[in-house]
Amino acid sequence: MTTEQTAILRLRDVAKGFVIHLQGGLAIPVVANVSFEVRAGECVVLGGPSGIGKSSILKMVYGNYRIDRGEALVADGGEVVDIASAMPRRLIGLRRTTIGYVSQFLRAIPRVSARDIVAEPAMAQGMGEVEARAKAGELLARLNLPERLWSLPPATFSGGEQQRVNIARGFIAEHPLLLLDEPTASLDAVNRAVVVGLIADKKAAGTAILGIFHDEDVRERVADRIVDVSGFAAHGEAAA
Amino acid sequence: MTLEPMRAAASAVLEGGPGEGEYNFAYLDEQTKRMIRRAILKAIAIPGYQVPFASRDMPMPYGWGTGGIQVTAAILGPDDRLKVIDQGADDTTNAVSIRAFFARTAGVETTTRTHEASVIQTRHRIPELALGADQVLVYQVPIPEPLRFLEPRETETRVMHALADYGLMHVKLYEDIATHGHIAKTYDYPVKVEGRYVMDPSPTPKFDNPKMDNCAGLQLFGAGREKRIYAIPPFTSVKSLDFEDYPFEPNKFDAPCALCGATDTYLDEVITDDRGGRMFVCSDTDHCEDRQASGHRGHLHVDGPAARGTVA
Amino acid sequence: MSDQPLLVAEDLAKYFGARVGCREVGFELYEGEVLAVVGESGSGKSTLLRLLSGQSEPTRGRVMYRMRDGVTRDIVSLSEAERRFLFRTDWGFVHQDAAAGLRMGVSAGGNVGERLMAVGWRHYGKIRSEAETWLERVEIDPARIDEAPKVFSGGMRQRLQIARNLVTSPRLMFMDEPTGGLDVSVQARLLDLLRRLVADMGLAVVVVTHDLAVARLLSHRIMVMKEGRVIETGLTDQVLDDPREPYTQLLVSSILQV
Repeated sequence: MTTEQTAILRLRDVAKGFVIHLQGGLAIPVVANVSFEVRAGECVVLGGPSGIGKSSILKMVYGNYRIDRGEALVADGGEVVDIASAMPRRLIGLRRTTIGYVSQFLRAIPRVSARDIVAEPAMAQGMGEVEARAKAGELLARLNLPERLWSLPPATFSGGEQQRVNIARGFIAEHPLLLLDEPTASLDAVNRAVVVGLIADKKAAGTAILGIFHDEDVRERVADRIVDVSGFAAHGEAAA
Repeated sequence: MTLEPMRAAASAVLEGGPGEGEYNFAYLDEQTKRMIRRAILKAIAIPGYQVPFASRDMPMPYGWGTGGIQVTAAILGPDDRLKVIDQGADDTTNAVSIRAFFARTAGVETTTRTHEASVIQTRHRIPELALGADQVLVYQVPIPEPLRFLEPRETETRVMHALADYGLMHVKLYEDIATHGHIAKTYDYPVKVEGRYVMDPSPTPKFDNPKMDNCAGLQLFGAGREKRIYAIPPFTSVKSLDFEDYPFEPNKFDAPCALCGATDTYLDEVITDDRGGRMFVCSDTDHCEDRQASGHRGHLHVDGPAARGTVA
Repeated sequence: MSDQPLLVAEDLAKYFGARVGCREVGFELYEGEVLAVVGESGSGKSTLLRLLSGQSEPTRGRVMYRMRDGVTRDIVSLSEAERRFLFRTDWGFVHQDAAAGLRMGVSAGGNVGERLMAVGWRHYGKIRSEAETWLERVEIDPARIDEAPKVFSGGMRQRLQIARNLVTSPRLMFMDEPTGGLDVSVQARLLDLLRRLVADMGLAVVVVTHDLAVARLLSHRIMVMKEGRVIETGLTDQVLDDPREPYTQLLVSSILQV
């Protein structure tokens, strides 16, 4: 079996820039010629200094940022989908079945409890409500979120508490590709270790992981490979 | 064109018509009667559907039955015998005036006996005696549109009728039950005619609604101010709207008629003195008198004619 | 759920004389999808909503709807009877002004029950209990079933309007600024309720709003309209986080961050 067949994600010559029209069409190139792949059961970490475009790459793969050039191919069952050209409806489907994403910040939904926020992606994949809520409880317990908080909407939680809800929400479902944007940034050592354990579990289950970890210790413990994003720096070529 | 030929033409048309100082038969001119008859025919052809017609000014105010009178005028022939009732009585002002009007303008026979009449004009009641196939009942209607108070726009109610979009009608009945615990409407109670049009039976008490259903006689409705005519042809299904768990119920009375003892008729309350004395008697005076004549007795029955009003 | 779209707009245009209401609008909407149409007043989004819901006829283009029997029909070709039937069974319409979508003098129960009665429910007890169920689902105390919406708060009226629409399990809802004019806390509650009902019932929704927060919370996809045309479209978070058009960037940058 070649590596091509087990690649879950493959980026080819992906480029991204922003044009800020409110500032007279100011062009801000972000990355160019991004090419790498992530295979099943492997954790690839994006490296390089902050502001170099690591988060932008994750957001492009998730469909949150648009891809200017190149292609981002994701294996979806037997099919390969190019995120750069997929229809919105296809992207919504991919997010449910194939691509999980843990962002840096939790986008809390008014009045929805922490536990239900966590359970939702599992239910979207067809898990029953009771089972999903039980699994959500397990994850929140594993991440040491006090049980008295589970039934509360996380809008008023501390940054660390919100981040743990976010992580649980990202890890509960069975996505073949998981994108992690600094999931451990606001966590203490104990919870960082829990996240490392969760990542190891996912890898063992065959999940392909693409992540950003500023914490060197965590990075070393989870990374199979590091892709240095400095090599993809764009140089003012996207001026409008 | 000079005036002479026009005068000649006019007198030709009038030939056989009323003489100087006379009314045409039944007051309305023949053209108007034909127009109204066409509307009546259309109404009969589409049971329950409100047919617009060019309502004429009549020598009496709106609210006195101008719609019913025009319908009566249009269908009346010299051989007809006319009965007019207001509530159930033949002797109230409105009934007396209309009867006198046709006696004078059409010269037809009038009667107070239900079974003798070929045309009966009514303001509220349907006679207790079932109508025969040779009888026509003409209703005076103040407001023909059953949806009016739910939906004020005439353009919209017409579309609702056209599409049989009648959910709103039941909303009204639902509100009644929610507010009063039962359907509180006691008159003007909406009916569905032949499974199609929802119709307002005019201010008849709901007691009379069942009499409209599968009735042998022809029932015509005239609304003068609103310029509408509608009809229930003989032997047509007329169902009062209701809910499965709150079925339609006619008004019920606790006591029998004080004069004739009837327990199956619609009763009026009559004040008998200024000390709070009162009695309940048949609203259909002819029916009540008929029963008394054939020996039926209520607890306040007084022998002799015109018992009503003499009890004191 | 079918893999065929429920609602398709094809090259829609509406002119009012020489003035453009909207033009060149095309999209597909599938069951379970929420599409937000955003833009400022006069951008054509309300005109578009009227075209989509068959309340006005397009100057060009057409709107196709897949009926419950699986047959896709041109909205304009529907008879008035069919259109009304759709509106009291398979479609819902939530107005910004609750008074336009409710009968203000009729009790809450009567408001919710009207559609049921229109489609032939004739059992008072069943209509009432269904109305109670729906009042609960929209978080109105069922004990208030006999009160008329004129005594309700703005938020309650809006929730009642939603219950009134959903009682026949429609597949498609049109919403015109559903949270407009409500207090922020009342908005949040309404949005959460809508979000959950839409997800639970697998509803397709076209929601017109000038409020990007509403679009963010409710919708999967977004269409940005300006001067009658769709200038940008895509996944909601994509358009809001990575806006391309100058106008969209202006809209997004105008949101107050809290």
